[in-house]
Amino acid sequence: MCAVRGLTKTYPAVRGRRGAPGTPEVRATDDVRLDIRRGEIFGLLGPNGAGKTTLVRQLTGLMRPDSGSVEILGHDIVRHPDRASRILAYLGQESSALDELTVSLAAETTGRLRGLEARQARAERDAVLDELGLTPLAGRPLKKLSGGQRRLACFAAALVGERPLLVLDEPTTAMDPVARRAVWSAVDRRRAEHGTTVLLVTHNVIEAETVLDRVAVLDQGRVIACDTPSGLKEQVAGEVRVDLVWRAEAPLHVPEVAALQDRAVAAGRRWTLRLAPEEARAVVATVTGGAAFAALDDFTLATPSLEDVYLALGGAAQQGLVKA
Amino acid sequence: MSVVPAGILSGGALAAEETDRDGAAELGPRARLWPSLAAVYRAQLSRARVARIPLLFVATFQSVGIMILMRGVVDGGGEAQSVVAGASVLVVAFVALNLLAQYFGQLRASGGLDHYATLPVPPAAVVLGAAGAYASFTVPGTVVTAVFGCVLFGLPMAHLWVLVAVIPLAGAALAGLGAALGLLAPRPELATLLGQLGMSAALLLGVLPADRMPEVVRFARDLLPSTYGVEAFARTFGPHPDWAFVLGDLAVCGGVGVVSLAVATWAYRRAAVR
Repeated sequence: MCAVRGLTKTYPAVRGRRGAPGTPEVRATDDVRLDIRRGEIFGLLGPNGAGKTTLVRQLTGLMRPDSGSVEILGHDIVRHPDRASRILAYLGQESSALDELTVSLAAETTGRLRGLEARQARAERDAVLDELGLTPLAGRPLKKLSGGQRRLACFAAALVGERPLLVLDEPTTAMDPVARRAVWSAVDRRRAEHGTTVLLVTHNVIEAETVLDRVAVLDQGRVIACDTPSGLKEQVAGEVRVDLVWRAEAPLHVPEVAALQDRAVAAGRRWTLRLAPEEARAVVATVTGGAAFAALDDFTLATPSLEDVYLALGGAAQQGLVKA
Repeated sequence: MSVVPAGILSGGALAAEETDRDGAAELGPRARLWPSLAAVYRAQLSRARVARIPLLFVATFQSVGIMILMRGVVDGGGEAQSVVAGASVLVVAFVALNLLAQYFGQLRASGGLDHYATLPVPPAAVVLGAAGAYASFTVPGTVVTAVFGCVLFGLPMAHLWVLVAVIPLAGAALAGLGAALGLLAPRPELATLLGQLGMSAALLLGVLPADRMPEVVRFARDLLPSTYGVEAFARTFGPHPDWAFVLGDLAVCGGVGVVSLAVATWAYRRAAVR
């Protein structure tokens, strides 16, 4: 339902001024090619600055690409960016347009501006607020709410006025588990009843693994992989991640530990190792016995996550994906 | 380089089933101008309860304070009329020009315009709705200032009804200017600065009696749209107002309003899609 071909956008270089260094030219999206199918939850995963938001802004008609094409449900969005607003609902990262409205008025106004009649907008507003458990907060202004509640209210506004495509940019940021569950069950209901398609931007690995049907991994503006989460994880199935947390210093006097030092990514007292299963077993045996065990605070052994996939695929950022 | 697994391209689930004969799906409805203008207006008006009431007090007290100051300088007559008219229109300039420039400047800088830009709403509805709401915020302050000024300087209140025309027309001109400044300024601080400067100009050129000013300042005064609102209002304090001139001044306000709101709508379009 959404086909993206050769989408490229370059931010021009900024010349430095006094006190502020210039930035070189940046390819925010670099020849991106994607196909999103009807009714699926398609994810864009990548660390901050990978080009996720820039890509989404081009898909929603908010930004013109330098070259390439975007077609959603048969409409050319690059040539007719105004049509995007009649096909999709967009939840951006900013709520400043709605901040001073009450939850109820934010949802109703958004519905009206999405072309609903007054009565219909009020009915949909009530239904959506009820569905998301926001009815008790309906009379409160958004900016008096907590971050997660405000996010949920913006999500409610995005749902008023049915659209076949929902584009959600980090929808569950700062939400508690109850609110997250409300979001995903609302999404699931719309998929089941209307075949709604969802494009989700996230840097949260756990969420990506649990809710996405397929995921495109972005790095420095390029799609470095695109598959189901389990399909991607099979690419690194031969590896196991071992995390070792030392009490203080790593016991480098133990020869087996010293030998691991070069292969470990150290972050404070934590060492992260990516090993073949037999190697991992040997390492665990070493550190759980003898002199090394005395220096060990904690260890975990885990199967690979999408973060490991990202790193194995050559993702440049060593950090930036969230596991929570 | 991009990687798209072969399974996607050869898979049978490609988007063909939901499209019609022309290959394109039906679009959702467009929001019509008047209903969406009303919705934006209502939403903006409700913001007053949360955020704007303290500022409305500031606007009114500022004008009242200026009139009290000028009481010591001006000794009634034509000068008193322009002081009262200038101070009343200053409330409109403070809210419609200054605050609206700040609002749109911040909305643009924070990405808040994306919300409107991804809804099928006519740009004019967003600009006119916000400008109309800000012009409405000025009504209580302007009326209070005008009544207080009449009492303070002993002016007749018989023709205060002319505010019914002065507020919307001066409001349209100044709110259009404010919205255009806010949407065109490359940075929000600059939008705030321009709004403040516009208000200072309305203060200096509108409240202070014109005949004591040098030629250059008087020319600048003629360029400022709020001047015509002030002039129109001031004329009505006389014993026999010349209504043709009042109408002429108000027509200038209205004309500037139409042009500046059109510019603001164009600026909104430009700011929304980059």
